[in-house]
Amino acid sequence: MNAPLRRAGVVILVLFALIFGKVNWIQGYKADEYRTHAYNNRVTIAEYDRPRGAIEAVGGVALTQNKETNGELKYQRLYPKKEIYAPILGYKMVRGSSVGIEAAENDILSGASDKLFADRLSDMFTGESKGGGNIVLSLNPRAQEVAWKEMVNNERDVTKGAAVAIDPTTGAIQALVSMPSYDPNPLASNDANVAAAAYKKLNADKNQPLLNRATANTLPPGSVFKVIVSAAALKSGQYSLDTQIPAGSVYREGGATIRNSEDEVCPGDQISLKEALTTSCNTGYSKLGVKLGRDAVVDMAKQFGFEDASIKVGDLESDKGLSVAASRTGPIANADGSVDKSALAQSSLGQRDVRMTPLQGALIAATVANNGKQMKPYLVQQQLSSDRATLYTAKPKTLREPIDAQVAEGLREMMVSVVQKGTGKKARIDGFTVGGKTGTAQNAEGADPHGWFIGFAYDEDGKAVSAVCVMLENVPGGHASAEAARIAGLIMKAAAGQGGK
Amino acid sequence: MSRIRQWKTRRNAELGLLLFAMLLVAAFGATVEANQFDEIRPNFWVPAALIGALFAGLHVVVRFTAPFADPVLLPSVALINGIGVAFLRRLDIARAIAQEKPIPTFFADTSGRQLAWTLLSLILAAVLLLLLRDHRIISRYAYTLGLVGIVLMMIPAVLPASISEVNGAKLWIRIGSVSIQPGEFAKIALVSFFAYYLVRKREVLSLASHRFLGLDFPRGRDLGPVVTVWLFSLLVLVFEKDLGTALLYFGLFIVTLYVATERSSWLIIGLLLFFGGVYLAYLLGASVGGPFANFYDRAELWLDPFSDANYNRESGNSYQLVQGLLGLGTGGLFGTGPGAGSPGTVPEVRTDFIFAGLGEEVGLFGLSAILVLYLLIVERGLHAALAVRDSFGKLVAGGLAFTLGLQVFVILGGITGLIPLTGQTTPFLSAGGSSLMANWLLIAMLLRISDAARRPANSPPDRPSGPKKAPTQLHGAMTEVIKP
Repeated sequence: MNAPLRRAGVVILVLFALIFGKVNWIQGYKADEYRTHAYNNRVTIAEYDRPRGAIEAVGGVALTQNKETNGELKYQRLYPKKEIYAPILGYKMVRGSSVGIEAAENDILSGASDKLFADRLSDMFTGESKGGGNIVLSLNPRAQEVAWKEMVNNERDVTKGAAVAIDPTTGAIQALVSMPSYDPNPLASNDANVAAAAYKKLNADKNQPLLNRATANTLPPGSVFKVIVSAAALKSGQYSLDTQIPAGSVYREGGATIRNSEDEVCPGDQISLKEALTTSCNTGYSKLGVKLGRDAVVDMAKQFGFEDASIKVGDLESDKGLSVAASRTGPIANADGSVDKSALAQSSLGQRDVRMTPLQGALIAATVANNGKQMKPYLVQQQLSSDRATLYTAKPKTLREPIDAQVAEGLREMMVSVVQKGTGKKARIDGFTVGGKTGTAQNAEGADPHGWFIGFAYDEDGKAVSAVCVMLENVPGGHASAEAARIAGLIMKAAAGQGGK
Repeated sequence: MSRIRQWKTRRNAELGLLLFAMLLVAAFGATVEANQFDEIRPNFWVPAALIGALFAGLHVVVRFTAPFADPVLLPSVALINGIGVAFLRRLDIARAIAQEKPIPTFFADTSGRQLAWTLLSLILAAVLLLLLRDHRIISRYAYTLGLVGIVLMMIPAVLPASISEVNGAKLWIRIGSVSIQPGEFAKIALVSFFAYYLVRKREVLSLASHRFLGLDFPRGRDLGPVVTVWLFSLLVLVFEKDLGTALLYFGLFIVTLYVATERSSWLIIGLLLFFGGVYLAYLLGASVGGPFANFYDRAELWLDPFSDANYNRESGNSYQLVQGLLGLGTGGLFGTGPGAGSPGTVPEVRTDFIFAGLGEEVGLFGLSAILVLYLLIVERGLHAALAVRDSFGKLVAGGLAFTLGLQVFVILGGITGLIPLTGQTTPFLSAGGSSLMANWLLIAMLLRISDAARRPANSPPDRPSGPKKAPTQLHGAMTEVIKP
């Protein structure tokens, strides 16, 4: 019996050798990787040992706080403004992925960025941590809070929607609201279980509060898209504001039947381009789109930013920020690839497969207001060190130039006419010249339409102060876009420094 | 080994090694205090002295009841047990500081309880040594022990999950705040039973009738008991949802069978059966789910613990495994030093994952030392099996030593990601009474058998106690054949 016993001893020796080998692998070869691994709680403890930088709005309004705790993680991140800024700030999770500006600017906020090397060096000598760097957002707190308040208290009891306001001359985001929103505080809890439970609950909510409807969700834009068709028409050189275009009460193209929203809209055979936009004449724009052709319409949309999935709204240096979903025009093609004219007729009205983010809507309005130059949207105005030395200031960048100043001038005049005499009257604000375009988008059979408004405002000195897009999902009670126009006006007024508070 | 050396009892060597072990435990405690309090308090040596006194008590019992026992076994186990208590105290101190509570006394919290369990275990071990003057007496109760072993093994599987399930594995009996792992005791009872059964049947089981690929394979009808045990262990795997326990039971049976029959074919049949069964359970877990799902999940976590899906899964995620690995990695070659790491970030660091927590602080070198200690204990047990003169003793000592080694492999292999993780305790280190008591009983058995092994052949059994004479022949055995 001794021979098998000896062999059993060898088996144990081999098993222990395997363990010994694996421990060597872990503690020798893999040690450096594991020591700094993102899942290593020791890394988290070290990160939470220094106060995370603050996120502020322009003017020093603090949007985050750090509370000292007795726990293993020294600081607890708090968001005093809760839902209002959540879609922008996002949240910092102890375990799991952070989102929003908290994620995009994590290097500065956590203090790990190379730009904060001097701070870390001084930490080493003083033995005290100076904390992470600060982020100043381009947001205008007054506009943001007006936008939030008007959206959630809208007069149609709509529960879902989004609003974006941009400074047309710089691309700075002035306000960004997604409704419904969420309270980021439990998600940032130092207790990972609380955070996970909160995330689970929000993620399962059928109203999708975690979805940023301003940037990450695309919907049919409806008549707002007529601005793109108008731009294509003006750019072709064959149209001016007074050019008479064919209209009528009904237009049949292939399988599609186009009607106007009401009988009194452009029943005649002809209507001027300007009047067509002012009254939002469907038959006129469908015929115009078909006349211009698919390539002209699709190309103009693309030049305004459609089909671009690369935009991130954060700082202008890095490629980090809130991801903006690509807006799409759809294929507008038959099975063999040839132009589907009925699809083109419907697409010219922003229906069929056309989809747009509210941010893209605001960019269209901003481009028109800024003489055809589309500025790259950004949220981070400044990065500051812990003792508020400036590390970075946003230098506005031109993203695209889809139209020249002359076309922009024409579009501006048409859009101003929409607000002064047409469908966008609710957006008017005293002391400002406001232009815009409404949109009422049919979506599902039997569902209430989405109400859109994109627009811009000039102050008395003729300076473009704000461009805005408001979208309300499934607005009951007709005239879906009117409420969007009203809210848009109030946001622009607040962005210009009036109203609110 | 020379005849002169065999006469030496080596008890003073044992005492010396024991003192050295307690010095190491005291040094560990001092380092913990230096790192946790920034000072070494004047009474830092008290826990080491307390637990040292307990081991010294057992040493005295061994001196009188098993004077020829292996002198390395007791100090090696004492060192691991002492380090375990000291490390638990380190965790208690860190938790008290984090919660801003007063530092617990030596008799409070987890380490205090572990100290009490150690006392109880040593008393049990001493009682076993006192009552059981000849290991062959056990063979009288072999069938009772076999029945007890199977009952202990099956209890958690039968009980409702609310009483028996902890972290997905049904291995427990929980009544109020007391929880017992009956499987820990089952393994000792089963080894004794197998040893007895196999000594009686080894002639039959050694018979070979088929030669295939140069190996002798047993007759079909002789496969009965192997298949029965295999089915039992698969039932354990499925109903107690624990691969490690199943591997332990099956492993200990196959090894005693192999040692008894000296037929490698048993080993091959056993391994094929076991891994075939495990693979089948994995496949069934993937397709059918149900009772097999738990094992399948564990295997998935094992295959890729660092994947986002496995790590962030809501329940049954790889968080614990990953934190254990990262803790070990953070320790690196030399460790952070006792008391200077953050073992508290690993879930269950007091029980299943104590090796990972300890590994962060003592590093690769410290863990290697602990591995060598375990290896020493196992090999000393096998050595006793080699040297003892009766086949029952050989099988019991060999089976117990191998089982201990296998258990260390199963849990450490799980923590280090070598094999799928299972809820085994780390012998002598983990907090927990049943594990400690059962393993000290196991050590007492090895001490007893090693005493018999090293006792001079012509010396009469030491102080035959009571009316029961130690049997000169195995109880109920027809023959007693020992091959040289």
